[in-house]
Amino acid sequence: MAQETFVVAFDSDEDGRRVLDYAIDRAGHDGARLVITHVLEWSPYSFLTPEEIEERHIRRKEELARAKEALMDPAVKRARDAGVEAESELYYGSAVKLLAKSAQTHGASLVFVGRSGSDSLGARIFGSVPLGLAQLCTVPLVLVP
Amino acid sequence: MTNIRFLAASVAILIAAGGPALAQDGSGIDQTINQIFADYTGWYVSIIFADLPGTNFSWIALWLVAGAIVFTIYFGAIQARGFMHSIRLVKGDYSDPNDAGEVSHFQALATALSGTVGLGNIAGVAVAVGIGGPGATFWMIVAGLLGMATKFTECTLGVKYRNEYPNGTVSGGPMYYMTKGFEERGLPGGRIFAAVFCFFTILTAVGAGNMFQANQAHAQLSGVLGGYPGWITGIVLAGIVFAVIAGGLKSIARVTEKVVPFMGIFYVLVSLAILIKNYDEILWAFGQILEGAFTGLGVAGGFTGALIQGFRRAAFSNEAGVGSAAIAHSAVRTKEPVTEGYVALLEPFIDTVVICTMTALVIVITGVLNQDPETGLYIWNAEAGRIATDGGVQGVELTSAAYAASFSWFPPLLAISVVLFAFSTMISWSYYGLKAVTYLFGEGKVQELAFKTGFCLFIVIGSAASLGPVIDFSDAALFSMAIVNIIALYLLMPLVKSELNSYERKLRSGEIRKFEA
Repeated sequence: MAQETFVVAFDSDEDGRRVLDYAIDRAGHDGARLVITHVLEWSPYSFLTPEEIEERHIRRKEELARAKEALMDPAVKRARDAGVEAESELYYGSAVKLLAKSAQTHGASLVFVGRSGSDSLGARIFGSVPLGLAQLCTVPLVLVP
Repeated sequence: MTNIRFLAASVAILIAAGGPALAQDGSGIDQTINQIFADYTGWYVSIIFADLPGTNFSWIALWLVAGAIVFTIYFGAIQARGFMHSIRLVKGDYSDPNDAGEVSHFQALATALSGTVGLGNIAGVAVAVGIGGPGATFWMIVAGLLGMATKFTECTLGVKYRNEYPNGTVSGGPMYYMTKGFEERGLPGGRIFAAVFCFFTILTAVGAGNMFQANQAHAQLSGVLGGYPGWITGIVLAGIVFAVIAGGLKSIARVTEKVVPFMGIFYVLVSLAILIKNYDEILWAFGQILEGAFTGLGVAGGFTGALIQGFRRAAFSNEAGVGSAAIAHSAVRTKEPVTEGYVALLEPFIDTVVICTMTALVIVITGVLNQDPETGLYIWNAEAGRIATDGGVQGVELTSAAYAASFSWFPPLLAISVVLFAFSTMISWSYYGLKAVTYLFGEGKVQELAFKTGFCLFIVIGSAASLGPVIDFSDAALFSMAIVNIIALYLLMPLVKSELNSYERKLRSGEIRKFEA
């Protein structure tokens, strides 16, 4: 049987670390490969000032480098240290859409996502990432409490 | 050394110009400043706004329109045949998903628009219709449609010849395509063109992009809150602008940049609501606009009176040919400069053809312009030099009165919009001015801070004093930018043509195609 792929919706908070640990645990069990995915929220329809526009290219580079160094590399190391094959992916855009797409591209068999315990007003109105994934994701979803 | 000299010179100018006006806020000092300006710059202003011999048609309006016609013909009516493609580009149909997080076409367009949509659409239209009658609207639309080709040309060049620095930031605009583009075509004088352009950009930034805005914002605020000294508005506005442009307080700018587009949308929605409410009069209003365009309907100067007002206000409102948009659009991430030209051509369409026309329709429909019921001609107030209105109002107040005729709650909201529009225009022009300063004097903290401080000082002067001649001169400076810029566009348009041809070839061959969603 071919090796399974799990996509992990990873974030910098406590929730994200819990999801990662749980996914590493499950992947270790099933001999699966992890694709640790982080999405930097970004809308091409947001409004920027002239200065922000001028600096956008360099800021994007910095943001990607910072996320890779502070977030993704340690996460991948954590998985590999536990003997799990892992790679990381960083995207800009809408988290729900990109996670669902990533699951599809990798032919993932499971997507791990945190409860993202946000009870903020924004989350209540617009829905949170797990809620969005529940509607959009075409592969089974594991909700880590 | 240059830095220190520049700083010393700037401070001296500021003290000379700003210090006394600030200290006294009295009429004596601004009268003196006015007199000095009128004496030394009056001749220049008269040249810029002079009529063609034997007509009452100012040559500068003809200059802008002639340019727009040439570009329209040269690029095969790009604004018509490329319109749908522009919309697809803004929607992101052709944007590589791997470039997400970079400046999108939509963002470049929105930022450029927030620099142009503003007082021109509210006050400028009222001036045009108030003096030129409903017919001025027709010529404003014509100028807007033609101006789309000019924006296409300048913004394509802006992206093609921008400077990309090792740290990843980009700077672009007419001064860069003047130097690099002229060199590429083997033409002399690029640097001189660029320097002259920058000189006028700085003057415009301080005048039309700053003092005029501050002045109008104060007029609106004191209209709503009751009369109070202008320097109070000036100091508050200057403080906020300084915090944004020098203090790096981006949050305020970000809030404004977010609020301003919604103000624009809200303004359009209210206009639509008024038009729907009076739907049975829309056809009549268009009839007035068309009839007035060719007869004047009683306006002084008749047909030409309407035409001049329409052309002049359109130029003020959408800035096509002025060159400012080329600075704003140049930072977008694209492999094909022409794509930004396509996107930019939507600007005059949204600004002039849509928003200005709506304001004009509302003014015509609500009947704030006095009309002789028997002849159908508008009643000319020869003394004021404009059409008689209810209560004798003009400018922003005329727009305000027209909207209040349908929605009495509108004037305070309009006042807030005017202040916010003025604020975002100031932020945009402080940026254009700064680009011109750094082009002339080099990048550096000293130059930047001197310019920003001076810019904020002029906000206070602008709102405190009534500086007619200074504003006249800054209007002349805005059009002077267009003189230099359009000459450069004529000389460089073959480069745009070859860019366009290569882009169209790639589109046809499928080398450039839509990305799957």
